[in-house]
Amino acid sequence: MSTIRVVLPAHLKALAGVHGEVPVEVAGEPTLSAVLDSLEQSFPVLRGTIREHPSGKRRAFVRFYACEEDLSHEPPDALLPEPVLQGREALLVIGAMAGG
Amino acid sequence: MSPTDVVRHTVRVWSDEGDGGSMSGVRVLVGTRKGAFVLTADGARKKWTVDGPHFGGWEMYHLKGSPVDPNRIFASQTSSWFGQLIQRSDDGGKTWSPVGKDFVYDGVPGTHQWYDGTPHPWEFARVWHLEPSLSDPDVVYAGVEDAAMFKSTDGGTSWSELSGLRGHGSGSQWQPGAGGMCLHTILLDPRDENRIFAAISAAGVFRSDDGGTTWGPKNKGLKSGEIPSAEAEVGHCVHRLAQHPDRPDTIYMQKHWDVMRSDDGGDSWTEVSGNLPSDFGFPIDVHAHEPETIYVVPILSDSMHYPPEGKLRVYRSRTGGNEWEPLTKGLPQSDCYLNVLRDAMAVDKLDDCGIYFGTSGGQVYCSPDGGDTWDAIVRDLPAVLSVEVQTLP
Repeated sequence: MSTIRVVLPAHLKALAGVHGEVPVEVAGEPTLSAVLDSLEQSFPVLRGTIREHPSGKRRAFVRFYACEEDLSHEPPDALLPEPVLQGREALLVIGAMAGG
Repeated sequence: MSPTDVVRHTVRVWSDEGDGGSMSGVRVLVGTRKGAFVLTADGARKKWTVDGPHFGGWEMYHLKGSPVDPNRIFASQTSSWFGQLIQRSDDGGKTWSPVGKDFVYDGVPGTHQWYDGTPHPWEFARVWHLEPSLSDPDVVYAGVEDAAMFKSTDGGTSWSELSGLRGHGSGSQWQPGAGGMCLHTILLDPRDENRIFAAISAAGVFRSDDGGTTWGPKNKGLKSGEIPSAEAEVGHCVHRLAQHPDRPDTIYMQKHWDVMRSDDGGDSWTEVSGNLPSDFGFPIDVHAHEPETIYVVPILSDSMHYPPEGKLRVYRSRTGGNEWEPLTKGLPQSDCYLNVLRDAMAVDKLDDCGIYFGTSGGQVYCSPDGGDTWDAIVRDLPAVLSVEVQTLP
């Protein structure tokens, strides 16, 4: 079991009713997909807000960052970077800056 | 009314004053580009309480209360970033809870036409309009983009497509309007809720007589130059429909061009634009107690989308169309270049019928006397997408 620190954008924090980072527990391989599955299981209101339902595809204006790298185009089953697995860095879910 | 008459806090204030001691009041539900607002007043409709923003930063396309249980309100919360949610309040808009948001097209969605006429796959974008049942507080209909109608029978928890609409035969020919291919109007016949009208931009009007299982186009008599041809079954850019509950076979329409009426449940249409300064506009509504008194807001087309001559005028016809009078008292009559969107007009049911509309400039206007005089309830909200009114006991 791994615990991944996840930082949500403000609107999703408000929807989930959380403040600050969200510790997300992942059983098995700590991939981006597994983290989001666990996050959505803990906070069903977030289902569809980060990944489209039912396709599971990342929403166009949502990005994933960690360790100053854009992970948005990584395969969903790729392991997260080591500092994220060790809890030294957080996984950032970001609403892309666009529109008004 | 001056801005100081607006009380801003989150507790509703009811007054015994001003309406003959009546406790009747109104609750105005306002959806904007950046949140929802609930405006309340007693029957005099002079002193208002503003509550909001709810869901600040989200596009609130539409909020509407159940006619059966006015404390139950459904709201469409949407965002280009984070997608669609449906919120429900069971206490008149004080608190909200997210309910079901899975709008999945029935079967293989297929294609409609894109702007250039090429096939384009059906893709859900957002919920434009929510129409609660007239008889059951757990039943609510949703009009969505790309155009389809969904129904919930469990208070919004789950949604099923009424796929006979998209699948009746012409769906592959539907084409989006400039705002997207949206199902924006749903009318439920108060005599028989199995009769449902839907309007889609830019496909036209459709009617079901069996609760939404099967549908047929109802666009005979609509003319828009040659786009499409007058004989075309679909392809008409209908902006809005309105209906008076006492005359459900009479349907009024604001089309991209022309104000129209039907007196046979949509089977045929005749133009009633008459002396309007522009036959283009978005909203249309009917006086609560006078089925032949209707309201529109003429707007310049095609790309201007602001009032003619910079004068914001609601036009009223007391003859069901053709003969129109401008209503201007209290509305800006110079340098006004805003728009009023299709779902942003509503009427209350108080004895002296109130008329309401919201603007792209963030004003919500109220006329407590059927349109004779107007005043702004609020002036500086985000751009208004929708206005609904609940008349409370």
